[in-house]
Amino acid sequence: MENKCAIEMKGITKRFGKVVANDSIDLSIYSGEILALLGENGSGKTTLMNMLSGIYQPDEGKIFKDGQEIYIRSPREAYQYGIGMIHQHYKLVEVFTAAQNVILGLDDEKLDLAKTEGKVKEIASRYGFDIDPSMKVYDMSVSQKQTVEIIKVLYRGASILVLDEPTAVLTPQETQKLFRILKNMREDGKAIIIITHKLNEVMEVSDKVAVLRKGRYVGTVETRNTNPQALTDMMVGHAVMLNIDRPKYEKPEEKLIVEHLTVLDQEGVKRLDDVSFTAKTGEILGIAGISGSGQKELLEAITGLYPIKNGSIRFVREKGKEVELMGLPPKRIRQEGVGMAFVPEDRLGMGLVGSMGMTGNMLLRSWRKGKGLLVEKKEPEELAKKIWEELEVVTPGTNYPVRRLSGGNVQKVLVGREIASQPEVLLTAYAVRGLDINTSYTIYNLLTEEKMKGVAVVYVGEDLDVLLELSDRILVLCGGQVAGIVDARSATKEEIGLMMTQFVTKEE
Amino acid sequence: MSQEKRIPFVRLAKRAEMDRKKVWLIRISSIFVAFILGSIPMMLTGSNPIEAYSVIISGSLSRPVYIRQTVKIAIPLLGCALAIAPCFKMRFWNIGAEGQITMGAMVSTYFALFFVKKVPNLPFLPDGSPNVTLLLIMLVSGAVAGGIWGLIPAFFKAKWNTNETLFTLMMNYIAIGIVAWLQGGPWEGRKGSQLIPMFDKSARLPDVFGVNCGWIIVLVLVVLMYIYMSRTKQGYEIAVIGDSVNTARYAGMNVGYIIMRTMFISGAISGLVGFLIVSGSNYTLYSGVANNVGFTAITVAWLSQLNSFAMIIISMILAVLDKGANTLQTRMGVPASIADIITGILLFAMLSSEFFINYKLVFRRSDKKEVSA
Ligand SMILES: Nc1ncnc2c1ncn2[C@@H]1O[C@H](COP(=O)(O)OP(=O)(O)O)[C@@H](O)[C@H]1O
Ligand SMILES: [Mg+2]
Repeated sequence: MENKCAIEMKGITKRFGKVVANDSIDLSIYSGEILALLGENGSGKTTLMNMLSGIYQPDEGKIFKDGQEIYIRSPREAYQYGIGMIHQHYKLVEVFTAAQNVILGLDDEKLDLAKTEGKVKEIASRYGFDIDPSMKVYDMSVSQKQTVEIIKVLYRGASILVLDEPTAVLTPQETQKLFRILKNMREDGKAIIIITHKLNEVMEVSDKVAVLRKGRYVGTVETRNTNPQALTDMMVGHAVMLNIDRPKYEKPEEKLIVEHLTVLDQEGVKRLDDVSFTAKTGEILGIAGISGSGQKELLEAITGLYPIKNGSIRFVREKGKEVELMGLPPKRIRQEGVGMAFVPEDRLGMGLVGSMGMTGNMLLRSWRKGKGLLVEKKEPEELAKKIWEELEVVTPGTNYPVRRLSGGNVQKVLVGREIASQPEVLLTAYAVRGLDINTSYTIYNLLTEEKMKGVAVVYVGEDLDVLLELSDRILVLCGGQVAGIVDARSATKEEIGLMMTQFVTKEE
Repeated sequence: MSQEKRIPFVRLAKRAEMDRKKVWLIRISSIFVAFILGSIPMMLTGSNPIEAYSVIISGSLSRPVYIRQTVKIAIPLLGCALAIAPCFKMRFWNIGAEGQITMGAMVSTYFALFFVKKVPNLPFLPDGSPNVTLLLIMLVSGAVAGGIWGLIPAFFKAKWNTNETLFTLMMNYIAIGIVAWLQGGPWEGRKGSQLIPMFDKSARLPDVFGVNCGWIIVLVLVVLMYIYMSRTKQGYEIAVIGDSVNTARYAGMNVGYIIMRTMFISGAISGLVGFLIVSGSNYTLYSGVANNVGFTAITVAWLSQLNSFAMIIISMILAVLDKGANTLQTRMGVPASIADIITGILLFAMLSSEFFINYKLVFRRSDKKEVSA
């Protein structure tokens, strides 16, 4: 089947200051095809697509539609050319219904809600969406919100759809549903571009794969002629080992005992409901769950950052002596000599001081040291240099604000500091979120090394494939409750996916 | 379709990281731009800007006596900007320095009025010299009073997360009201005068090089504040909280306590400034004692990017403008409020320079070359 070329980008260059986000990129997009856009983080995928959807204009290069050169200066103009983008962060009005959100911003039509709802239903049934047009957005799950975003784009008549990392927030089942819809759209002759980091998804859903590396275009291959290993090599530029070692630790012992933990948020809603588990030395305990199932609260409660309603958190010292941590603020936990390290989800907003350099950030753990009024900068300075070297952090210097570093380097600084504190318990939340393959594997290796040193590692993650490969046991959270704890060596992805939504009652 | 018309003529682009020298160069040149722009309102009032500027300079710096008067204006500005700096670094928007100055001035005045005969001077000092013991008591009590006045809104912020901007602002009016009441009531000198009596000679700050010795105190504070903010544990805590409260909590800092402590220190410095004003230049107390210093100091702190040493220069510039504008009024009939206009333009120019440090304008390319400004 010969497909028609829908959009052609030629010699596209885009700079942000010194950063060349896109360097003379050529890309052709065909109707009736799903093109996967693959590349490490910061390789310029989002930037390139933002130029198609009218958010940025290229510094150099041309865009053609049906052989005609076009200039896309705003998202509105992009719609006129039939291009629509579903961004990583949704832009919906929470208090509006699905249909209201769909027509928001359209001025050439009367706000005839009934008609809109009809049309929304028609689009939904054509492609197999599952949606209630009169449902309010605040009642929706992430996946439902995504559906609204896609319908919004289709409603405006888009024939070229760009989806920026749509699966990052979905469960395996929801991902499958999305892929079925994308395939239906392909049959309908739409051109689809999907950005994702996950190679198995690329293999599953796409017809062609275009690869970017460091802002440059590496090439396009037919999906059926390639494999994950070849794609990774293209993406990284050299061969990468794609499996995670999972050595067994000799004699695991109980290290952190959590019993009947219940926490309430400011509105009094239960965020954790009677959670009990034990983390053992020499073990990675994976924590799976749809985002917002209580992962954040769990780790923050353990580290004394979240108020606890009920329960007990006990840290086991050598010779089995236990310390009760419940109700202790972080300062007291440290004074008790409990070696606990925490890599929070919000790296710059909680784990680091964005405006300070690496040295200032190392100080965050040791600023209290020393008797006098002055801070001692020597030790942190040395530690910063050590981490800079050992983890190959890309920064101009140890005093360069970490806020300006790329996501992967920010995370290396944070993880490096926490591991350097020689913890007995290491808690991590989404430690590889937004990181490229290389850095992700660096982090996996660091965590496994810690585990083999006898540290009790807790790994909150979102990629089930990784959780299954990296962890020893997996605790599945669902709506703040423990849906189960499984052996990661024998569990399957589907099993965990089901547990993740176990307590959710259908509202439709 | 003409493509020239379809590309926007000018658009914004993010700039590459600039080195520090260049950044400060831009900031300094923006001061000059402000003075050039400031000449427009001068011309509107019908005077020659070059002449006007030279009157401002000569009126504020040409003679030792003028310089002394200018420095006298700069002292409280500088002191109060130093007070505000740690709060702003912490992103605690303390606009209550005015009230903290007033409270400091009030309590210092209390001791100046009622303890003048009771506190013995140091034994080795000759008769008629300033009463050092009394002055020290005034200084410390003024600082503590200002500190407590600053502590109150911080306490409410720490306990109930009240809005500090409104709270500190209201505290200003309360402080001013209290002094107004004292002025017409219990502390009134001659009945019906609405004035508090002048301080006894022994309760006045001695002069050094013709200006009250407050300038030495303030310069010492510049160095101390610089060290405090960049070298001490407390300074580090303040910087972390200013960046992210959650990070501070994560690091085990007691955020509420640190906010209160910092506001006490800030208020205490403002209170000390209040003492310097009453005991160093006014020699009496009235409700307008702070004379907007608490607000102008915000401009000083902001224009100096919270850098203690830059504050010396900025407070001097503002003092020169203030003093010079008065001369301008008497000599050329230009309204003295021209100083306020120029200060406003200065603030505007400095803020827009920050914009140009981060962004550049890219003009539509002609023959493939990008012109940028
Ligand atoms: N608005 C921006 N300002 C400055 N730099 C940016 C901006 N957007 C992207 N970049 C930089 O451009 C590069 C490519 O980013 P992006 O397109 O988001 O990558 P990807 O989506 O492939 O992860 C990165 O180095 C990023 O830091
Ligand atoms: Mg992206």
